Amino acid sequence: MNFLVCISRTPDTTSKITFEADSRKLKEDGLVFILNPYDEWYALVKAIELKEKFGGQVDVIHVGNSNAEVVMRKALAIGADAAFRIDIEPDSSWEVAKYISDFAKTKAYDLILLGKETIDHNGSETGAMVAEFMDLPYISYCNKLDIDGTKATIAREIEGGTETSEVNLPFVLSAAKGLAEQRIPNMKGIMDAKKKPLDIIAVDKLGSDLELVRFELPPVKSGVKMLAVDDMDALIKILHEEAKVI
Amino acid sequence: MVLVYIEIHQGEIKKSGLEAICFAAQIAKLKSSPLTALVLSNSDSLAGLGNYGVQNVLVANQNIDGSDSQNLCSLISQVAEKNQANYIVLSNSSIGKSVAGRLAVRLNRPLVSGVNTILEEGGKLIFRKSVYSGKASAYYTSKNDKAIIALSPNSISPSKSGDSNATVSSVEIAVQPSKIKLLDRNLVKGKIPLAEADTVVSAGRGMKEPGNWGMIEELADLIGASTACSRPVADIGWRPHHEHVGQTGIAIKPNLYIAIGISGAIQHLAGVNSSRKIIVINKDPEAPFFKAADYGICGDLFEVVPKLNEAIRKFKSSNS
Repeated sequence: MNFLVCISRTPDTTSKITFEADSRKLKEDGLVFILNPYDEWYALVKAIELKEKFGGQVDVIHVGNSNAEVVMRKALAIGADAAFRIDIEPDSSWEVAKYISDFAKTKAYDLILLGKETIDHNGSETGAMVAEFMDLPYISYCNKLDIDGTKATIAREIEGGTETSEVNLPFVLSAAKGLAEQRIPNMKGIMDAKKKPLDIIAVDKLGSDLELVRFELPPVKSGVKMLAVDDMDALIKILHEEAKVI
Repeated sequence: MVLVYIEIHQGEIKKSGLEAICFAAQIAKLKSSPLTALVLSNSDSLAGLGNYGVQNVLVANQNIDGSDSQNLCSLISQVAEKNQANYIVLSNSSIGKSVAGRLAVRLNRPLVSGVNTILEEGGKLIFRKSVYSGKASAYYTSKNDKAIIALSPNSISPSKSGDSNATVSSVEIAVQPSKIKLLDRNLVKGKIPLAEADTVVSAGRGMKEPGNWGMIEELADLIGASTACSRPVADIGWRPHHEHVGQTGIAIKPNLYIAIGISGAIQHLAGVNSSRKIIVINKDPEAPFFKAADYGICGDLFEVVPKLNEAIRKFKSSNS
């Protein structure tokens, strides 16, 4: 069984976000970049778990420049077999999805996995786009997946509840908490990762009709107003006049 | 034309659906173009959508389930092409997110998801969304004046803009049989989904044990809030997972978020920092949550919360 895991490189959650002078690009100096947690903890590890059970191969793919090779090696250290980097800086998730699906169409994957969102753009866009480019079913926010032959049973989170459904391979899924147990790469994995293939694929820039106008930092909060511990009148006033909940 | 897809839930238009309609009406107004709403099932309230700026409601009487994004995409894209819709608006719900990306590919136009505001600059429509887990905003525009917009829940307050009925008609669109077989759908009854809640009361490890949650539920009842929790208490099983807000849980943006006995780790803040007002109750003066709060009470929650509940009851009885 062959798996493709789409991985992103994102600033660490604790990063202080600032932008370049033109307000159109993230200032990367001093930031720590990580493998997008949902891609790593849930999508990648689930693919590895399934490979351990059924045999096969786990490929990871990333669309972006060579800065991402550190996190791609980490994916290999955790247990992916081969990595592919589409060597272009994308401007939209549409482009990312187009490159990934063009690549995936040249292979025969049984399952394509990615995290439920990246922690930078929080878009949740790419999975549905890859599925559409490949004309495959798409199931988002999966937190449980069992495969029996060519049939998959999936539990997913929806607003205010859960849903269980059945679909035949191949399909595309986005992974949420619960799908797999996070794994830490061990020394052997890290050493092996250096010998595993990381192929670079050259492509032409596609461009996109989406234009980023600017980034903006939110206004600084005016600071917390501390209330005395027994001042219920002040709290009642806030709930009644400001929040209007009573 | 502007097309808005809205979800009907047990015969009712969802709150997030009404928000999507009002947002789409803003686009329609700026573009001086008509607004059409598309729904999957009939509801008595459809004609009344005219009051919110909708001219036509199309009821697709298909037995298609909205959670199959392939079928829903077929349906919406065919309606959009037939009616030459330049902008398509949906709610950024689990259904909306699954279909929005597909529509962008099928109709070959840009997608902006998680949008919370629209503005016009130099004759162009600009859409703002929150990025980097609420630490910044990004503004996008479409170069060809066509786009798919997925609106973040709780971004706008729906309000009536007129007093006229919309024309309701049915539409038949052919779609393929679904490749996804739904086995079971479990919805928590009688509660507003967290992502759509206006008011949220949330508690964490400071509660000491699950048996102490009565006062949290009481407070939530008193102010009409949904209950939520931090990751550790969901992980140890004190509270159900669907209540977990934060980066790995649900991201929320209520008008009011009350955090009780939650220290405010950055991963928690990432999921709640878009809340309009935050009140923090914690006995640790160094709790990082105070820095992200509008109001803070440094004290023992086991004293503060019962006192607060009592004060709310008193307020309500003297004002009723």
